[in-house]
Amino acid sequence: MSRAEAVPQGGAVAAVRPRVGAAGYAALFTSELAMTFRRARTIAMLGILAALPVLIGVVVRVHTGGSRGEGPAFVAQVTQNGLFLVFTALAVTLPVFLPMTVGVVAGDAVAGEAATGTLRYLLVAPAGRTRLLAAKFAAALVFCLAATGVVALSALATGAVLFPLGEVTLLSGDAIGVGEALLRAVLVAGVVALSLAGLVAVGLFVSTLTGSGIAAMATTVVLVITVQILDSFPQLHAVQPFLFTHQWLSFSDLLRERMYWDNVLENLGLQAVYVAVFGSAAWARFTARDITV
Amino acid sequence: MAGAPSAERSAGRALAGPAPAGVSGDVIRTSGLTKRFGDRTAVDGLDLVVPRGSVFGFLGPNGSGKTTTIRMLMGLIAPSAGSASVLGAPMPQSVGAVLPRVGALIEGPALYGFLSGRANLVRFDAADPTADPRTREQRVAAALERVGLSAAAGRKARGYSLGMKQRLGLAAALLRPRELLVLDEPTNGLDPQGMREIRALVRELAADGTTVFLSSHLLDEIEQVCTHAAVMSRGRLVVQGTVAELAARAQGRLVVRTADAEEAVRVLKEHGVTDLRLSDGSVDGLPPEGEAVLPVLCAALVGAGVRVRGFAVERGTLEDAFVALTGEGFDVAG
Repeated sequence: MSRAEAVPQGGAVAAVRPRVGAAGYAALFTSELAMTFRRARTIAMLGILAALPVLIGVVVRVHTGGSRGEGPAFVAQVTQNGLFLVFTALAVTLPVFLPMTVGVVAGDAVAGEAATGTLRYLLVAPAGRTRLLAAKFAAALVFCLAATGVVALSALATGAVLFPLGEVTLLSGDAIGVGEALLRAVLVAGVVALSLAGLVAVGLFVSTLTGSGIAAMATTVVLVITVQILDSFPQLHAVQPFLFTHQWLSFSDLLRERMYWDNVLENLGLQAVYVAVFGSAAWARFTARDITV
Repeated sequence: MAGAPSAERSAGRALAGPAPAGVSGDVIRTSGLTKRFGDRTAVDGLDLVVPRGSVFGFLGPNGSGKTTTIRMLMGLIAPSAGSASVLGAPMPQSVGAVLPRVGALIEGPALYGFLSGRANLVRFDAADPTADPRTREQRVAAALERVGLSAAAGRKARGYSLGMKQRLGLAAALLRPRELLVLDEPTNGLDPQGMREIRALVRELAADGTTVFLSSHLLDEIEQVCTHAAVMSRGRLVVQGTVAELAARAQGRLVVRTADAEEAVRVLKEHGVTDLRLSDGSVDGLPPEGEAVLPVLCAALVGAGVRVRGFAVERGTLEDAFVALTGEGFDVAG
């Protein structure tokens, strides 16, 4: 069979293809979102993320008056101003807890469906491999936003209850009002959520490699930890700027009177590169893969 | 070449009107379709033709390549060689255009255990970009009704029995009116009553004009519901045709009912009847070819003093045909 013969056949069918339009097209994304947030697993992870800032807040409150200059970032400021708990909580959860939950969601995205066999029914529906992957990527990004949002909101509520709120003294020494400080918190939370985009792409790629959801989740989480360990070796100085975790904590640069964007932009650019590279790899792998389960 | 005329046909039809390509032609056509996994050849040079409007039985022992063929037809795996077209379009290239018109149950149902039966169907329907979201609820309800699952639709699928899961899988294939239904072992895990219901449903769908491609390792199932059949063995297509043609290929067995069975066996053996089996009050065996031999056999039996109470040639079954064609028992894995 030559390709020339295939063209009129495909064209003839495309001409009679029923059209429903954008609503039909967006349905998979909505469905994917619902699937992500309906799972008991997701709700449990968000619950843990919500509990962490409370835990940090209580610990700091109990130990108020103790030694200063120790513990996680911004913890000294928290006692003066509850708003800082938002930044402390994000700084504490970003290296481990947030990536772990994202690793679970992204790692399981394709592999989990392959393991249960539902993937074949999505593909014969036909979801379209590219569209399915795009929907899963988008849903995982929404999860990043949700997870970060849960940490930030829980921290804000805890901070408001346990500590005084008021003018916020920035790292540069300048003071800003509560309204502006809240805006900064939203900005920081957004940057933190986007910091996880590279990891989402890596997780999705791992997810297309295996037929086991557990294996994909574990691999992704182990990868996050390994990369952060590598990032701590001074000997690896040359490669560290290319590790997707390298500039994760650069969001503190946004807590100065004049926001310092260089590292933040470098971080976001790095995430974009990871999304492009691992997104393409995931696409190439997934669209060519034999679905035999 | 088989491909060229079919390409012309479908192109011509598309120009003539809105009717889909291959309306009266073949719903499935493969040529030299081959799939190798490493050095194991799962499907070997398959030339399959499924006519429109048929209930096509795809028959073979477990491991004979049926499911691999279906996966290639549905675009889930890429062929190693050869080509396949479904509804007149090449697969897997035309997956997006073809599959909305195809309902499929492949290698058993796969469900989201944490979702209800209804939510499972909503999920699969949402995956089809050409499915209208406005009619989704009604279509899901209708599909549940059709397979008799309406009462259990609100329960989580993880609590379903195998039979209920199978029904839900069928419902997913029936979410929209389909031109082709591909059902891989649809009665697996069902009790006899469930099997009858599914067969009735298949007949009903076929009566509505849906072409049904049904794989099974149960010969009687194929004989009961199918108009056409193809037989697979060890990755190769042994034969295809109408069920009547295939059954006719099987040699009929001569059955003689008599009280003098041992004498009958001796006489029949003398006259060239082979594979003789003796059972209580009757003898059966394979007569020599040709109708002319039968009166001779009858006369010989009577002449030898055998009290013949019955003398008949029984129609061959698909099972006989299969054994004759492959020279092996049906339950031998490929």
